[in-house]
Amino acid sequence: MPDSRFKVLTSASTSGPGDAGRTGSWRVERPILDYSRCIPAKTGKSACHLCWLYCPDNVVSKAIEPKIDLEYCKGCGICAEECPAKAIEMVSEENFVAGGEDE
Amino acid sequence: MSEKLIDSGNNAAAMAVQLAAAEVIAAYPITPQTPLTEKLSELIAAGEMDAEYVAVESEHSALGVCIGAASAGVRAFTATSSNGLLYMSEQLHWAAGARLPMVMCVVNRGIGAPWSVWNDHQDAMSQRDAGWIQLFAKDHQEIVDITLKAFRLAELVHIPVMVNYDGYYLSHTYMPFELPDAAVVKEFLPAYEYAHALDPQKPESLNTVTLPDSRNDINGVKQPGYMDIRHNLHQEMRLAMDVLEEIDADYQQRFGRGGTPIIDPYCCEDADYIVVAMGTLANQFRDVVDRLRQEDGLKVGVLALQIYRPFPTAKIAEALQSAKGVMVYEKGLSYGNQGALYADLKSALYPYPARPQLHNFIVGLGGRDIRTEDLCQTLKSACLQDDLSSPEQTDTPQWIGLQL
Repeated sequence: MPDSRFKVLTSASTSGPGDAGRTGSWRVERPILDYSRCIPAKTGKSACHLCWLYCPDNVVSKAIEPKIDLEYCKGCGICAEECPAKAIEMVSEENFVAGGEDE
Repeated sequence: MSEKLIDSGNNAAAMAVQLAAAEVIAAYPITPQTPLTEKLSELIAAGEMDAEYVAVESEHSALGVCIGAASAGVRAFTATSSNGLLYMSEQLHWAAGARLPMVMCVVNRGIGAPWSVWNDHQDAMSQRDAGWIQLFAKDHQEIVDITLKAFRLAELVHIPVMVNYDGYYLSHTYMPFELPDAAVVKEFLPAYEYAHALDPQKPESLNTVTLPDSRNDINGVKQPGYMDIRHNLHQEMRLAMDVLEEIDADYQQRFGRGGTPIIDPYCCEDADYIVVAMGTLANQFRDVVDRLRQEDGLKVGVLALQIYRPFPTAKIAEALQSAKGVMVYEKGLSYGNQGALYADLKSALYPYPARPQLHNFIVGLGGRDIRTEDLCQTLKSACLQDDLSSPEQTDTPQWIGLQL
């Protein structure tokens, strides 16, 4: 039983988005979901959801139309790699920056 | 019932660990520690100890297993020596940073190269900044008592504890000692409980990448940053000295031994000159002190340092500040500088205006024989030395027993 004089600060937290801070700014490629290919979106059923399962940062929602929280998504691309329907494309962040090539 | 027996230092340590009811033992054999963990494996195999013995392929893994066990809320123990301790180095820092309580016996031995299996303190001294509490035993009885206190200390303050004792001088020699009563030990050392014990029903992220700044977690609870965690490790390590004294007082009440958990002075009250040493060397100096007092009328004393990290700065400065001279004899050094203990002591005394003249002696590296006669002569001449030598000369460590 620890002594109350000791705060024993540890790095321990509930896993979830933001566990490692606002990591969205680390992203160089953004996952873009094509709901016309996405299995739960197409079937209207809570199925597949491999993107939700594999996301190491818990930023994909387990919804009929899965959503990715870009505030925390590091752009690792695991979801795109795992998606059996090839519904997720990794697109360079340059495309979303004001004054970027395509703007 | 407590039990009096005559056995080796390694077996004394093993029996203390058995009494402490450690639940996971993971160790890799290395001389002179090997008989300690062999004894533990025998006790477990014979059903005399209810613990898991995990055979590992290296010391790095041994401490890794203990880190895993302590993370799961299980009392863990390991032991090593010399290069084995160095191979653990990364995990040492991890166990401390993660605030995981566990106990490790370090049976002190010189570090290769060249290979040496004999005693000195370089192994422990080289790991002084890892964030472990480092205690030193002078005899077999202290091995037993300090090991039992170490488990309670580690679990109260959540900092791992290293119990150091001299290879061969203690590990392989036989001495009488008393083994405390198991039922009283159980009262003294309650079960280990860990608030963050691994639990599939309550998943947590532990010691993942921790940001420079503190932040709110997904529940809105403020989580400390790296620097905050490290600051508290330091502060609480300093505070651990008070807790060790409290534990020692409780131990003394229950088992009748104790009273000097931080520093153990011998003939220091009226001493003009005080030797500071750790481990068996401090006991050897009791003979030297007796002789110089008797034969030369020199008022000398010896102060055994029982804890090296956290360094008992105030206690030691208080004990030494009124002496004319302090002679630090040590079995290790910070290569290219001085003895590490000497440098620490010098820094502890610096704020005191009446600080004594300091001398540094390096002895017994890699098991070089430490002759009591040499200790008598060097101590005597340091006491009688007039202050004609330059500050640089006095501050330079003297090597005793060189055969160049």
